[in-house]
This record gives sequence, structure tokens and C-alpha cells, in this order.
Amino acid sequence: MAATTEPAGRPSWAARRRFSTAFWRRPWLKGAALLGLPVGAYLLIYVAALAVLFISAFWALDPLSGKIVHHWGLGNFRTLWHDHTYWRIAGRTIGIAAAVTVTDVILAFPFAYFMARVAPPRLRTVLFVLVLLPLWSSYLARIYAWRLILANDGALNWSLGGLGLPHQHIAYTNWAMWIVFSYIWLPFMILPIYAALERIPDSFIEASRDLGAKNWTTFRRVVLPLALPGVIAGTIFTFSLTLGDYITPILVGNTQFIGNVVYRNVLGLSYDLPFAAAFAIVPLAVMGIYLVLARRAGAFEAL
Amino acid sequence: MTRHHRRALAWVASALFVAALAFTAAGCGGGGSSESSSSTSKTSNLPTSIGKGEGKLSLIAWEGYTQPDWVKPFEQQTGCKVTAKYAGSSDEMVTLMRQGGGQYDMVSASGDASVRLIRGGDVQPMNPKLIPDFKNFIDALKSPSHNTVDGVHYGISLQWGPNTLLYNTQKVKPTPTSWSTLYDPKYKGQVTIPDNAIQMADAALYLSKSQPDLGITDPYELNQKQFDATVALLKQQRPLLKKRWSLASDEIDLFKNGDASIGASWPYQTNTLQADKVPVKDLIPKEGATGWADTWMLSSKSKHPNCAYLWTKWVSTPKVQAQQAIYFGETPANTKACAVMDKLSPGSCKQYHADAPASYFDSIKFWKTPLADCGNGKNDCIDYNQWQKAWTEITG
Repeated sequence: MAATTEPAGRPSWAARRRFSTAFWRRPWLKGAALLGLPVGAYLLIYVAALAVLFISAFWALDPLSGKIVHHWGLGNFRTLWHDHTYWRIAGRTIGIAAAVTVTDVILAFPFAYFMARVAPPRLRTVLFVLVLLPLWSSYLARIYAWRLILANDGALNWSLGGLGLPHQHIAYTNWAMWIVFSYIWLPFMILPIYAALERIPDSFIEASRDLGAKNWTTFRRVVLPLALPGVIAGTIFTFSLTLGDYITPILVGNTQFIGNVVYRNVLGLSYDLPFAAAFAIVPLAVMGIYLVLARRAGAFEAL
Repeated sequence: MTRHHRRALAWVASALFVAALAFTAAGCGGGGSSESSSSTSKTSNLPTSIGKGEGKLSLIAWEGYTQPDWVKPFEQQTGCKVTAKYAGSSDEMVTLMRQGGGQYDMVSASGDASVRLIRGGDVQPMNPKLIPDFKNFIDALKSPSHNTVDGVHYGISLQWGPNTLLYNTQKVKPTPTSWSTLYDPKYKGQVTIPDNAIQMADAALYLSKSQPDLGITDPYELNQKQFDATVALLKQQRPLLKKRWSLASDEIDLFKNGDASIGASWPYQTNTLQADKVPVKDLIPKEGATGWADTWMLSSKSKHPNCAYLWTKWVSTPKVQAQQAIYFGETPANTKACAVMDKLSPGSCKQYHADAPASYFDSIKFWKTPLADCGNGKNDCIDYNQWQKAWTEITG
């Protein structure tokens, strides 16, 4: 009889209640329910792919049949080590990535500081939009735009000519890559630095001044250490993004990055996937070393 | 998060990573051994007639080879829906055919890819009797060595053409006559060449005339000494280069924006640039030229062989041969195409050498795969693997 008077939605209510009871009784269940899908995807898509990459680096390519042979060996790494071409390519990649990172820190820090601590709220919104605006357009479109700017008959030379200055020849050089990389990754440096600077309470700076510190001292001893995690986060973005890029070198450069060699080996020259995997481990290792150094420097203390 | 927690998390993460490693190693190891090498080089089971189309056809082609002008009518007539993927180099074509696993039915392979595809068992023999226009092909392209082995036809020839010297008529004076202009410091920072290992043959061809004591007779058959000289020449050229182009559109941009004024090219770029009113011309220098001769080849794993034969038949007809020749700027294999070309665009038959004598064809050193065995019985030639390695060294 009781069943007939109950509202129609009752059974689902009961089920829901059972769920919430279960979650309350076993707290780990909540964690599992929340993390199950992302962790599963992470394992399947990310970790498994990395594992395959790591393993195949020790395989080899049979030169005659062009098929991959599953024999373990260090042949690929030996080639990388002994052939100075690959040293040159890796050195160029890491060097330009470092130059881009330093450039972006120098450009982004004052800008982020102005946004976070000087600009009135309305101007801050405008600046935010300006920083994010380029990200709405395609990465490729922006690189092609730079090609047109830097080209011999491009906008830059046209402007220089108008001012009576000599023409530049930076199109398709390492300088062009440095400029374009610094431009495309700049927002990824500004945003984390901004976030870090914005979180510093005004009271800290007042306290520093009350204790007699001059502006420069306050900046050096209070602002900079607190902003450091943001700067490091930004450098991780710009450094790793440059390290892994292969499109910009194709479009605005005339030299190869690690990514170009990987690409050529995957689709192009010889389908030497094991060798590509071995070379792809180099930027991974470089990033690993960088992260360890950053941790030593205390960049992750505030996380 | 406490230090303790963090350490536990690190352990869990590394355990998962190791588990994934073990899992994939086991999985890949198991899959690898099941590969079988089947040879399909039997002529007895060649089709003797073309059946009804399967409704689909998947192609790997050079850019410009599957234009709607001739693909649309084909689809309407045969019901075979064409999907095409453009490849930027012969190497890419070979890779796509090998890794596609029957995903692609046909490939428009040049001579340096076709031999590799035949040797790798990636393509199957075709019956030229099913292609009515085959009898109208120039003799040199009926059974050329790049697609016919022991009398077995692995595909049907399509079009051919030379790699040309492209130059800006206002900036390059006097009119160049030799490939030496590509190595001339006078044009420092204005030179562009293709980013492709087979490009080394162009340098070897130039050396065969400029340094006859090296004794280069075939730019694809180089011994160690000749090869080293070629690599040295290309390294010396490095500072002169504005950029190595990988897509035809890249080279078009370079000439349009004034970044390059002389370079190695295909007639397609010249056509496009001239249509855009850029002051360029192209020519075949006195040393001769390398070139390509393309073949439509049928994948050994093709699922749509009838559509593939219908397509080959279609692209061999004089009209389509003429359309493609004019669009790309190359020479048709079908001799009947000449008249149609002149009808479509007056003078184009002569412009693209469709009426040229056989000696013109013979003057072009067509792309082929460099092999260790170069016919002298000594196996002392440098194979393509070494070419690719050297190219990486030159461009790295």
C-alpha cells in the first residue's frame, strides 16, 4: 500500500541516496569516481604513448626491407652521439629555445608587472584582451603573416625603405626563427607571470617599505622571489614549446630543428621510426633536466 | 600536499609508467612476428577485363594531379568517388604506400619511388591491354625500366618533364646558360633548391660536365669519390641559399616576395608565377636536366582495383592527358594529346615538348633510385640510404 502513495520519482531518489551514502562511507570512492576517466585517458593516451616512444628508440630499421626489427640495441643513440650533424641540430634547437625564453622573460615581466600592479582595472581588461587576442587566430596564419613581414619585398623592408634605412635580410634565417618564436609564445609567458604578480598582497610591499626598504630592494627581495614560480612556469612553456616545434623552422627558417629530423624520419626520408623516437627523447631529457634544476631553485615550493 | 604524499604519488606514477612499458613491450613484441612477406609478382592472375567500379578510389598524388577538371567527370561516369592525398616527395609517397596498409589504391610514383615500391612488394602488376590508349604512348614510356621489370608492367606511365632552372628576368643578367649560376657567389642569398635528397643528382649532373675528370656518367650512379665531390659542392652552396623549398607553393612565395631570384624548379612554378605577372622564365641549362617520369601504380593491397583500372584508363585519354599537361606544365605520355593541348591552349603542345623528338626525352636524366649495384658488377655505388644520410648532413 505504501508503494502506491509514493511519488513516481522515488526509486531514483533511493538510488541517489544509496550513491551518496556509499561515497560518504568510503571517501576513496569519491576520488576514484572523479579521477577514473582522466587517469584512464592519461594512462592510455599519454603514458602508453611515451612508453612506446621510449621502447621503440631501442629498436632498429632493417635497411633492406624498410621494416622495423624488434631487437634491442643502442645503435640509434650511438648514431646520435657520433654524428656531429645531430649535435649541431640539437644545439641549435636548445640554443634558440633558450634565447626565445630569455627574450620572452625580458619582454613579459615589465608588461605583466604593469598589468598586475599599475594599470587601473579597465585598462587591465583591455591589456588582457590584447594579450589573448592573437591566440584566437590560427598559429599558422600568424607565422605566415611574419613571413610576409620579413620577406625581401615585405612590410619591414618597405617601412625601412620609407625611412631611408637600408634593407634587412633576416627572412629565412635563425634570426627570423628567434623573432617569430618570441612573438608566438609571448602570451604563454605573460599570463603566468601576471598570475604570480597579481597574487602578491599589497601588505607585503607596504611592510617592506615600512621596514625601510627602497623600491629596488623591495622588488628584489619581495616581489621577485614571489613572482619566480610564475616566471619559471612561463619559461617551461616557452622553452618546451620551442623545443618541440617543427613548423616554424619549415616556414620561416632555413635550418632544421630536432622536430624536423623527427618529422623527416617519420614521414619522408626513410620511415626510420626507431631513430625518430631516439632523437625525440633528447628534448624530453633536456626538459627533464630543466625541471629538476627548476625544482632545485625552489620554483615549485609555492605550488 | 605534504612531502609524504608527494613521494607516494611519485611512486605510483613511476609504477604506472613501468607497467605501461611492460604492457606495450609485450604487445608490440607479439605483433611484430606476425608480419609476412607475400610476393605478388605473378602475371598469370592479371585481370583480362575491367569489372564494375567499387564506388571508391583512394589516391596518393603529386599536387595538381587530381584537379576537379578531370576528376569530376570521372566520378560522374564511373561512380568511383575519388579521394586524393597530396605527397610532397617520392620518399613520402613510398612511406604512405607502405604504412597505409591498403588504405590507398594507387600512387602517381616518379621513377625514384616506383622501383622501391616494386622491390618492396607494395604494388602489383597491371595489364596494359586494358588501357586502350597505351598503344598511343611514346615508345620510351611503354616499358621503361622504372616501372617494367622482366616484361611485367607494374603500372602505367602518365606524364614526364624536366627539372628546370627558374630565374627572375630582372635580377638575373645575363640570361643563365648553366647550372653553375646556382653555385655562383654572385647570387648569394637569392638561390633556392628543393629540400629533397634526390636533388643531389642535380649537383652530380653539373659536376659531370664541369669536372669531367670525376668521370660521372649517370648522376644516380656515383662511386665514393664522385659522391664526396657532390656533397662537397652542396656544402659549398649552403651559404648562398635563401631557403630550401619543400612545397612548390614555397618556391612560388620566395619568387613572388623577392626573396629568391634563381633556383631549381618545376615548370608548374613557372606557370603559376607567370600567371601572377612575376617576371620569371625557366630553361634547361646546357648541362641538361634531371626530370621525372610518373607512373600510376596499383597497390598490392588495393580494395578497389576496378576503379583503379577505370581511373588509369581515364587519365590516359588524350583529353585528360592534355588537361593535366597544361595544368602542371609537363609532357603527356600519350602522343594523341598534342592536338588537344593546342586546342585548349594554342602553342602548348610545343611549349611542353609534346611534339619533341625522342632525343629530347633521352636528354633528360630521369629520377631513379640510387642503388649500390650500378651495373658494373662491383656494387661500389652509393645507395639511396647514404644519399639520405648525406642530405641530412648537408641540410642539418
